[in-house]
Amino acid sequence: MFAYVVRRIFVGVIMLFVMSLVTYLLFFAAPSDPARYTCGKNCSPELIEQNRKALGYDKPVLVQYGEFVKGVFVGREFPDDPELKKSAPETIASCPAPCLGYSPLQSATVTSLIAEAAPISISLAFMAFLMWMVFGISGGIIAALYKGRFADRALVGSALVVYSFPTFFIGLSLYIFVAIKWQLTPIPVYTPISEGGVGAWLSGLFLPSLTLALIYIAGYIRLTRAFVLESMGEDYIRTARAKGLPQRQIMGKHTMRAALTPIATVAGLDLGALLAGAIITETVFNYNGLGKLAVQAATTYDLPTTVGIVLVAAAFIITANIIVDVLYAVIDPRVKYS
Amino acid sequence: MSRWASADPASSGALLSVRDLKVTFPTEDGLVKAVDGLTFDLRAGETIGIVGESGSGKSVTSQAIMGLHRGTRAMVEGQIVFDGRDLIKIVDEDLRRMRGRDIAMIFQDPLSALHPYYTVGNQIVEAYRVHNDVTKAAARTHVIEMLDRVGIPNPQKRVDQYPHEFSGGMRQRAMIAMALVNSPRLIIADEPTTALDVTVQAQILNLLVDLQKEFGSAIIIITHDLGVVAELADSIMVMFAGKAVEGGEAEEIFYEAMHPYTWGLLQSMPRIDSEKKERLVPIAGNPPSLINPPPGCAFHPRCAFRDDARLGCSSVIPEFDISTEHPARCLIPEGERRAISQAKTKTRTA
Ligand SMILES: Nc1ncnc2c1ncn2[C@@H]1O[C@H](COP(=O)(O)OP(=O)(O)OP(=O)(O)O)[C@@H](O)[C@H]1O
Ligand SMILES: [Mg+2]
Repeated sequence: MFAYVVRRIFVGVIMLFVMSLVTYLLFFAAPSDPARYTCGKNCSPELIEQNRKALGYDKPVLVQYGEFVKGVFVGREFPDDPELKKSAPETIASCPAPCLGYSPLQSATVTSLIAEAAPISISLAFMAFLMWMVFGISGGIIAALYKGRFADRALVGSALVVYSFPTFFIGLSLYIFVAIKWQLTPIPVYTPISEGGVGAWLSGLFLPSLTLALIYIAGYIRLTRAFVLESMGEDYIRTARAKGLPQRQIMGKHTMRAALTPIATVAGLDLGALLAGAIITETVFNYNGLGKLAVQAATTYDLPTTVGIVLVAAAFIITANIIVDVLYAVIDPRVKYS
Repeated sequence: MSRWASADPASSGALLSVRDLKVTFPTEDGLVKAVDGLTFDLRAGETIGIVGESGSGKSVTSQAIMGLHRGTRAMVEGQIVFDGRDLIKIVDEDLRRMRGRDIAMIFQDPLSALHPYYTVGNQIVEAYRVHNDVTKAAARTHVIEMLDRVGIPNPQKRVDQYPHEFSGGMRQRAMIAMALVNSPRLIIADEPTTALDVTVQAQILNLLVDLQKEFGSAIIIITHDLGVVAELADSIMVMFAGKAVEGGEAEEIFYEAMHPYTWGLLQSMPRIDSEKKERLVPIAGNPPSLINPPPGCAFHPRCAFRDDARLGCSSVIPEFDISTEHPARCLIPEGERRAISQAKTKTRTA
């Protein structure tokens, strides 16, 4: 088991290297000139050349990649020029490890941009995760227990309705009606725990995470319902009935154990994918999380930031995969890794 | 008043009296009459074999006795009198208390019948504790004894293993331990050896016989293979399309079979002494529709004697006279059948 985990982490790290190389090549080996997008509207040919040199875009792509990888581990400086550092240290941007690059457009290191945005996306993802696990799974169980009856139809029907609305519509409706018109909640603004305490953090997160969660709740109601119904039809449930177990024990112990195990897997992967930012929800609620940062970077040709976010997203997903696989060996006795 | 089925279940002295049992499934295509008027008695400590090809209603019958059709769309009619109480009318909670304690069941495929996420011990302890107010530790000790009794080596270690860590034969032994853990008066074994290797089959059957002697339970053993019940059963009921077509003592069914369907089953039995594995001769044709059964005798489309115009096999419905000791549902006159049967037995045992 331990050897398996080590091996998985090792393979995960290799995957990250491959991912980063591919992303790097895709963005920087493109026929367009990356230096041209480093200064927005006030670009002059001199400035472009200066940035090209400072960011190292004048070197071959593989050398650039090598410098990028080195920066991740030991940090780097833009431009990497010892002479200039002596004469004019204020013109040098230092990027300590783990350095994911420097965004001249935002005059900030990619690492600091991500470090600022990540807590917002992570808070949002975990809040939404909590909501969808609680409501999605309990809704699914109720639907399965009352299969074909009113509660089932109502739950499955509303899940379908929610499913067919786009997230921006749900988000905007919640924003306009719940927060502005009816004033049931304060206008959602992200407040870190360090500034407003847990209460302000929670109340700021409520509407955006509900928006994000709703579509997952709908999905998980259907998923859970299907797994529970499938489990109820299994032979071992018939055995449990033949033993004379009370219905409550058959459902609570035998059916649920079998039905919820696969849901744990799906949920882990969904959460991993969400950690890297929920683009639409963050945009609707003007939350400066990773999703919004990604959109901003992509629309302004901010290549270093884009590469950084892609890598962080990949890291989240790879980590979630490893955790889910290990978790599976813990909850399913038939799975043994060697 | 026959040994096969007495007129009045209350005074029959039998442990189990099934009377005119009907199980019907409403489906989109119509009513599926999976079991259509079944009657038999089973005395305490005796064994009855229910034999028939796939789809003849054997499992549906056994599930009806366990009350496993409750809460589904299936309609169950008739009487299932166990120990003086009609299991069809009894309230859910009373039936639940009897399941596993008075009547236990062994299923065909022990791998799917055991829960993959719980240890074998956990599942048997649970079966014991639901009917006995004992501590977990006491139950565990009892379960280890049971595992030992059904021939599972190293039960102290095995008790904490999961079903997938057991071999097929060991799993079925564990299922038997689970069924016997409360010393039930009736055990229903639904094709207990079909999923197992031939060599293991005999061991499991021998184990069942031994345990029956020790625990004094009555057994309903369900199979499509007459050979399986040859030595085990006191009486045999042959089922076809949801109905009994022949019933009697095991000896009678083997040496004096009185129904063309039983003749076919006997012919398709593998000969134990045969050197090479002979191809079995199954009864040609498919099971009839249970929604619109063929007119007349349900077996006639597959029967070798159907063209005898004098019998009217495609129009007259044959009777099953449960007041006789050895009833058979056939239109061929009894004397002629006896002659055919003798000839067939002679060639078969020669
Ligand atoms: N829930 C159900 N709905 C509709 N038809 C059913 C249902 N359960 C069983 N049947 C039908 O009832 C008939 C008898 O089934 P049963 O399982 O009792 O057969 P069997 O004799 O046990 O066969 P096998 O040897 O294959 O186990 C079959 O034709 C089957 O399709
Ligand atoms: Mg069956």
